[in-house]
Amino acid sequence: MWRDAALVAGKDIRVELRSRVATNQVLPFALLVLILFAFALDPDRGFLGQAAPGLFWVAVLFSAVLAVQRSFAIEASDHAREGLRLSGLDPAGIFLGKAAAVAAQLGVLEAVLTAGVVVLYGAHLEGALLLLGTCLAATVGLAAAGTAYGVLAASLRVRETLLPLLLLPVVAPVLLGATKAWEAGLAGHPAQGDPWLRLLAVFAVVYLALGVLAFGPLLEES
Amino acid sequence: MPPAVRLQRAVALIGSFPALAGVDLEVTPGEVVLIQGPNGAGKTSLLRACAGLLPVSSGRAEVLGEDLARRQRAVRRRVALLGHATFLYDDLSVIDNVRFAVRAAGAPARDLGAALARVGLDGRLPRTSVGRLSAGQRRRVALAILLARRPELWLLDEPHAGLDASGRDLVDEMVREAAAGGSTVLLASHEADRARPLASRLVAMAGGQVQGEELVLWGGSPPNTPERVHVA
Repeated sequence: MWRDAALVAGKDIRVELRSRVATNQVLPFALLVLILFAFALDPDRGFLGQAAPGLFWVAVLFSAVLAVQRSFAIEASDHAREGLRLSGLDPAGIFLGKAAAVAAQLGVLEAVLTAGVVVLYGAHLEGALLLLGTCLAATVGLAAAGTAYGVLAASLRVRETLLPLLLLPVVAPVLLGATKAWEAGLAGHPAQGDPWLRLLAVFAVVYLALGVLAFGPLLEES
Repeated sequence: MPPAVRLQRAVALIGSFPALAGVDLEVTPGEVVLIQGPNGAGKTSLLRACAGLLPVSSGRAEVLGEDLARRQRAVRRRVALLGHATFLYDDLSVIDNVRFAVRAAGAPARDLGAALARVGLDGRLPRTSVGRLSAGQRRRVALAILLARRPELWLLDEPHAGLDASGRDLVDEMVREAAAGGSTVLLASHEADRARPLASRLVAMAGGQVQGEELVLWGGSPPNTPERVHVA
C-alpha cells in the first residue's frame, strides 16, 4: 500500500510540476481571493487583521476544490483512470498517494498565503507551533475528504459543479476549526486553539480511514 | 496448468444491457485467439471482462487460474489491455509514463530504453511529453509498456489501428514473440487479413455470445497459409 501510495503521489506531483497548473493557476487564484477580500472589506488593516484567519482558510478551501478537481482531471484524459484500475495498484495506496499529492500542493499554497496575510492584512504570526499544527491537520483533512469525494464526482459529466456542492458542506468543520485555531494562535493564546486542533486531527483521521476503506469501491463503481 | 481464460456462461452487464450474454470460452496458455464479429458483438466487452474491468455478474470467470470475482487485483497485475485508449498522461514524458505503468504493475523497471527503442521511440522522444505525440506515437508508447511489462495475458483490441506500416508489422512481431514466450494473446480485430495469420484459433462472436470457433492447423511455420477446421 505504501509503495503504491508513493508511486501515485510521485506521478501526480510530477504531472503538476510539468504542467504548472498549480503554480500558474491555483496559486494566483488563491492570492486573488485574498486581494479581493481586502478590497471588499475596506482596506482597514485593523479589521482585515481580525478577519485574516477566516479569509485565509476560505482561500485555502476554494483552492483545495481546484486542486482536487485537477487531481482527477489528469485521470480523465485518455481514460488514464481505467489504466490506474487495470494496473492492479492497491486502491488504498491510490487514495493515499493522490491525497498526499493534493496535501503537498496545499502545503505550498498555505506557505505563500501565510506570507500574503502578513503583507496584505498585517497579521502577526504569534503561536507559530499552533499555526503550523493547524495547517498540517487541516491540510490532511481537506486532502483526504477532497480525494474521497473527488473520486465520487470524477465520472460524472457535472463533476466540475458537483464537487464543490458535495465537498464544501463536508469540510465546513475544517473551515470552522482551522479559523478558530488560527484566531487563537494569531492572538497569542495558543491554549485556546487546542480543542480546535484536536477537532481537525479527528476530522483528518476519520476521512483518511474512510478514504482508505471506500476508495476502492468508489473507483470501481464510478 | 490451468487455462489462461475460462469463462462458463459468463454474463456481464453494462447498465442493464447484457454486453456478454452467457459466454463459454476456454483458452490454453500460449494460444493466440482472434475474436471476430460485427460491431456490438461483445469483443471489447470480452477483453474488458478478462482484464477485470467489466464485472462478470453471473456465471464463472477465471483468468490465469484466478477467480475474477475474488482475485481481481491479482489478475490485473498479470494482464495487459491495449484498447482504443492508451491510458497515458499527457503531461508526463514518454519515459515517465512507461516507468509509472511498469512499476504500477509490479514489474521491474529495467530495459525501458530498449523497449522504447524497439517501438521506434528513441533519441529525444523518451523525454517528450506524451501530449505532443501523434496518435500513432502514443500507440507505440502503449506498445512499449506491453514490451516492458511482459504480461502473461495480452488483451489486444484493434491493435493495428492508428499505426503506420512499420507499426503494424511491429504489432505482428510482438504477438508472435509473446506467444513464443509462453504468453497468451486474445486479439479482437476487424482486419481479418492482417490478424488471421497470427491466430491459432478463431472465435466468432455475435450478440454477446460465442457463435463458433475455428482451429487453425498450421501447415508450416507461421505466417504460411493455414488449414482451418471448423469446430463449432
